[in-house]
Amino acid sequence: MKCRESDFENIPSGVSRRDFLKVCTATAVYMGLPASFGPKIAEAATAAKKRPPVIWLSGQECTGCTETLLRTSHPTLEHLILDLIALDYAETLNTGAGHQAEEYRAKSIEENKGKFILVCEGSIPVKDGGIYCKIAGKPVLEILQETAPKAAAVIAIGSCATWGGVPSAGPNPTGATPVYKILEGTGIPVINIPGCPPNGYNFLSTVLYYVTFGKLPELDDKLRPKFAYGRLIHENCERRPHFDAGRFAEQFGDEGHRNGFCLYKLGCKGPETYNNCSTLRFNDMGTWPVNTGHPCFGCSEEGVGFTVPLHTPANVKNITPAAGLTPINVDHGGGMSTGAVALAAVVAGAALGAGAVAVKKVGQEEKKQD
Amino acid sequence: MRSVENALGMEIPLNAQYIRNIIMGAHAVHDHIVHFYHLCALDWVDIVSALSADAKATAKLGQSLSPWKRNSFEEIRGAQKRLQTLVDSGQLGIYGSGYWGHPAMKLAPEVNLLAATHYLQALEYQRKINNVVAILGSKTPHIQNMAVGGVSNAINLDSPDTLNMEKLYLIKTLIAEADDFVKQVAMVDVAAIGAFYAEWTGYGKGVTNYLSAPDMPMDTKGTSFELPGGYIPGGDISKFTAIKSFNDPFFEDNVKESIKHSWYDGEWNRTPYEGETVPKYTDWQDDGKYSWVKAPTFQDEPAQVGPLANVLCMFAAGHKPTQKYATQVLDTVSSLVGSKVGVGALHSTIGRIAARVIRCAVLNDTLENQWTALVNNIASGDTTTFNPPSFPKGEVQGFGYHEAPRGILSHWIVIDNGKIKNYQAVVPSTWNAGPRNSKDDLGPYEAALLGNPVAEPERPLEILRTIHSFDPCLACAVHMVDKNNNEIVKVKVL
Repeated sequence: MKCRESDFENIPSGVSRRDFLKVCTATAVYMGLPASFGPKIAEAATAAKKRPPVIWLSGQECTGCTETLLRTSHPTLEHLILDLIALDYAETLNTGAGHQAEEYRAKSIEENKGKFILVCEGSIPVKDGGIYCKIAGKPVLEILQETAPKAAAVIAIGSCATWGGVPSAGPNPTGATPVYKILEGTGIPVINIPGCPPNGYNFLSTVLYYVTFGKLPELDDKLRPKFAYGRLIHENCERRPHFDAGRFAEQFGDEGHRNGFCLYKLGCKGPETYNNCSTLRFNDMGTWPVNTGHPCFGCSEEGVGFTVPLHTPANVKNITPAAGLTPINVDHGGGMSTGAVALAAVVAGAALGAGAVAVKKVGQEEKKQD
Repeated sequence: MRSVENALGMEIPLNAQYIRNIIMGAHAVHDHIVHFYHLCALDWVDIVSALSADAKATAKLGQSLSPWKRNSFEEIRGAQKRLQTLVDSGQLGIYGSGYWGHPAMKLAPEVNLLAATHYLQALEYQRKINNVVAILGSKTPHIQNMAVGGVSNAINLDSPDTLNMEKLYLIKTLIAEADDFVKQVAMVDVAAIGAFYAEWTGYGKGVTNYLSAPDMPMDTKGTSFELPGGYIPGGDISKFTAIKSFNDPFFEDNVKESIKHSWYDGEWNRTPYEGETVPKYTDWQDDGKYSWVKAPTFQDEPAQVGPLANVLCMFAAGHKPTQKYATQVLDTVSSLVGSKVGVGALHSTIGRIAARVIRCAVLNDTLENQWTALVNNIASGDTTTFNPPSFPKGEVQGFGYHEAPRGILSHWIVIDNGKIKNYQAVVPSTWNAGPRNSKDDLGPYEAALLGNPVAEPERPLEILRTIHSFDPCLACAVHMVDKNNNEIVKVKVL
């Protein structure tokens, strides 16, 4: 796609044309689109006279999901809220407070009916009429039920909003409930971005996807964008070769740990957690828990994070051919039959001490991969 | 983490202490920058007024106050244009509900523009220092490298997959970049705003019992700290008592929490080891229960926590960097107002904000010291980062504290046969936002609002100034009620 000088007339002041295009191209590449889509994103972001309005509600949360946006570079928080969206209500960031902020929220919802994006951070307590989380004297449960039908789409950000997260951990004293369950049967589109907090880019790219292409990204069966949650962490893990070769850290600081070996035996939940941590990394610093020697604890995965103890071994969801030591001299167009791969995996798994769990799971829980 | 380690009587390897210390320091510097510029400055700075400022005069003003390299005309004009574009769009977003043109806003347009320029720059520098947290802590805001007994960061200078020279030097570089911003921009801005709003040294004093934790342990047992902490009763720094170790009974024996006015079942005043959290919601009761927050006490008195408490305790303990940066900020204020402003001015709304930036400067020096200590320890051949815990049969209990950005944080645990029997967290905002205690003494927020001016009851900006100065970690509501008990207005604060 060619771009003309006039495409950049509306670039926010204070941002050079080159920088702006760079951000848009980085965004395109990250969303799995060709770099040539960069100018299209730039156009969409600047041509629109009106920035898409966003209302950000907070339920039972720690504000970690809001905080994560302070740490992103493409786009930055300032670029996001000054130039790309109109963040009309966000408890942490509103300059006004109390009835000034509440009035501004009501006005934006009324003016932008059917057009604004509703972001929900935190779970929704439903026990005892929702009294465990009130905002301006009203249960957040009621606020969500009133606001969601007026939104174009709802994005649930963080594990609390998407599946309950920490507040829903047993015995769940407040009846903490995920957003999609509250809205079940209403037909309102909900997108889940789990994580504690999720990588800021998984949220931002979802918003920019919508702003740019006017539609929502493809979702999996748990309403998660496929571009972010389409694969197991384990499948793209930098320590995967050590898993396949049976080289494990057994304790923090032991020789295997100091050699950067696989953290499976320390309880890493990468083999059962769908997320892009191992490829996207965090905070533009190339870091993520496994890289720092800490097992993944499945913070984004319902039934794993805050549920299974940290050092309990993961249920290995599927063994891909790599784990079975696929011969590297297979002829093109040939390859091993599915049965042969599975057999090789079983043999390799048993031989390598990846654990009985891995062997047992072979072939049982293959998730359809795109 | 520290509460469990305390219960198990563990020692923590030096490398793990230094790595934790760097994470805590970098996190706090980030937090203090964000709090001042993004969660509190717009109570004092009118960004709409900044649009009418002369950018040239603003650059000249900035350059007269500080050697900061980014006070150029181009930089300031760029920020002004950016704000103008936003205002022209008619979509003000988070700024739409602000208190622009409020009579309590008193800064000249040029001062407003300078602060607004730094508001945008601050977003960049908080990111840089936060990256230090990510490098060591895997990610932020929620780090994932802590383990009972140490950290998960393996140190191996000869491995591509561990903490090695490249990461260590990246940390050092980021610390230096943030250091310039804190010392040449944030300290100057806070001093200038403090000077222009000097009358606010007379408001918001509240509770003057100050409690803070010593932190940045420099040995394996937690008996020696780079930053001192302790207790000051009644605002008299000559009565300072230090908290000396992770085992000090002076702290452990003197903390209690009351639920007389909190929405929990019963009416007790107990050590956190015996605390409970059994909700019983009643809605607002003037003389009964009216808050989800418990009321903590130290030696049966309410106490204020946070950077002000920390700075006063470190000052009282004779901590040289604290004395240096406190003097520097107070001297700048004094020269701007033309009369001597002493440490006493810190017992106030504006003093809490000043103390935060003083602590921020202290922490930047601390970060450099901790980095050097880590590198020297690795150079000595020590690469240990973890001592494995072992849980005894029977019951043990422990406490752990940390001087968090908002003040002293303590966790209390009772472990029975390796399982958690009770766990209570007494967090900074509980100390400050707590309701009346078992003796009906006011908590720090409540006490600080007495005598606070309000120019327009419908837009009570001044109340936000005092509450925001504590850096609250929760959304709360201030209900203004007239003499006939009619509610005038609700103000939500975060």
